[in-house]
Amino acid sequence: MVDSKHQWKAWIYLAPALALLMVFTIWPIINTVRMAFLENYSGLKAVGGQAFEFGLGNFTKVLDYRRFVDCLRTTVLLCVWTVPISTVLALLIAVALNAIRPLQKALQTIFFLPYVTNSIAIGMVFAAMFNIVGSFYGTENEIIVTAGIINNIIEFFGGEHVNWINYGSTYTSNIIVMVVYIVWNALPFKILVLLGGLQSINRQYYDAARVDGAPRRRVLTRITVPLLSPMLAYVIITGFIDGFKEYTSIVGIFGVNMGPPDDAARLNTMVGFIYDALSTNSQGRASAAALILFGIILVVTLVNLQVSKKRVHY
Amino acid sequence: MSKANTATMHARNIQKVSVRQQIGKAAYLFLTYAFLILMAAIVLFPFYWMLISSLKTLEEYRRSSPTFWPMVIVLRNYVDAFTTANLGRLFINTLIVGGVSTLLSLVITILTAFAFARLEFKGKELLFACLLATMMIPGELFTITNYSTVTTFGWINTYTVLIVPFLVSVFYIYLLRQNFLQIPNELYLAAKVDGTSDFKYLCKVMIPLALPTLVSITILKMMGAWNSYIWPRLVANDEAHRMITNGLRNAFTETTGDVNYPVQMAAVAIVSAPLFLVFVFLRKYIMSGVSRSGIKG
Repeated sequence: MVDSKHQWKAWIYLAPALALLMVFTIWPIINTVRMAFLENYSGLKAVGGQAFEFGLGNFTKVLDYRRFVDCLRTTVLLCVWTVPISTVLALLIAVALNAIRPLQKALQTIFFLPYVTNSIAIGMVFAAMFNIVGSFYGTENEIIVTAGIINNIIEFFGGEHVNWINYGSTYTSNIIVMVVYIVWNALPFKILVLLGGLQSINRQYYDAARVDGAPRRRVLTRITVPLLSPMLAYVIITGFIDGFKEYTSIVGIFGVNMGPPDDAARLNTMVGFIYDALSTNSQGRASAAALILFGIILVVTLVNLQVSKKRVHY
Repeated sequence: MSKANTATMHARNIQKVSVRQQIGKAAYLFLTYAFLILMAAIVLFPFYWMLISSLKTLEEYRRSSPTFWPMVIVLRNYVDAFTTANLGRLFINTLIVGGVSTLLSLVITILTAFAFARLEFKGKELLFACLLATMMIPGELFTITNYSTVTTFGWINTYTVLIVPFLVSVFYIYLLRQNFLQIPNELYLAAKVDGTSDFKYLCKVMIPLALPTLVSITILKMMGAWNSYIWPRLVANDEAHRMITNGLRNAFTETTGDVNYPVQMAAVAIVSAPLFLVFVFLRKYIMSGVSRSGIKG
């Protein structure tokens, strides 16, 4: 029975967590909303005693910002490419892993490996791999000699080498490198979740399909995918959420410039925009951008849930 | 046609079908393995390339036809990497932050999860639901205000600023609470009858039983400290408190012009090594932590 005079004891257990949450989670939520709706709010000026008017100026200014639209475009582009590619690849790998016995554990371990890496550190490895081959201009008046294995491989197969990330590279080739890296990074989690789901599917469905002589493709599309749909919905939703928060993997490859040397900030993302605004003490604008990001994530998640309600079989 | 004849023909047909099926099955299995091994090679390639590049001389690295095994193994790259990036200092900083924050975070998580799993108080369900709701909000939203808060507290460029704001993780509380709830209530009631205090029960029964989850949390928290980048860059980017990821990125962007890639790859390998060790020895804890968040979340 609940003994009301002992209730205070529970609050002692909760006190440290609640105190920290108040300062570092609850207050920020309230304060971010407040700052977002105060015209041109700046922490520096607030300390100086300036008062700010209430208004929607931060939001309209953020949306007017050419740079913000570019950030939004890059973020959406990365999401739209990486989420489907990584989900389909992860599904194929998980299904294949589930179909074999010998080597299953070893391969499973290999596929999980990218999960435990530092995305900045391995980003630097990818940058080295996608480097241009030979001598070229690092900046306008400096020549760099370098080698990149990806271009070596392309040339080995008789292709024309591509300027992926260096001085003078195109936006498209930059995006391709990012898509490859993000997919590589996103695979382990998706494979783990999907394989876990596959292993919990009742074998009877497959036995029934075998008795009926159903072809493998139909087994995949009619049994595996529908029964796996809750996990698929989960990895797609989290994939979009992570995709909209993309930032560190770009820093890993391109450095804090967020772009090739001749066009800094070309690959900046929503999160990057927020930090840029924060570092120039424009907290009002940063808050507005953060709320817009939250709104987008919320809408995308709700749409995903709505779609999966129709498609997911629990 | 006699009856026996039809029977043998039938049997032969069945045999033919089963042989074809077996060939199909073997081909399918072969393709499955081929696909998996190809994908595994692609997944592993960056690690392989990092390791062999880190052992090459700069001249060999730049050769127009790449070598897939270093001709001369140069371990000096690792020494150079350690000194150019000042990795020793970065290691110590990261270990201090990771160790202290893991310890404090565990204490807070255990106390909170225990209260939510076993103790009775008004508004328990509502409070827990509110905590879970905060998990949906992107971290950047908190960072903006937290930056001002820690500036006001005068915490910029201290260890405190790297530890305190992230001590409470709703996700860990959720994970541990689920584990605590699996422990039968009878144990708790029996302990109550014996007059054991809540705190003693928590230490003597709950914590030992939930040890695997606590290990998972420890590993994930340590990995978090090792990989954290944005917040440390914002609030503690001075020489004395800089953490490993920042130090690595800075060390190889501050130098302009010709980059010594073998040394850079050696630095990356050094930074990756602890993660690999943790992965090799404690894989099942990481995977169970991650997959539980996946399937129950």
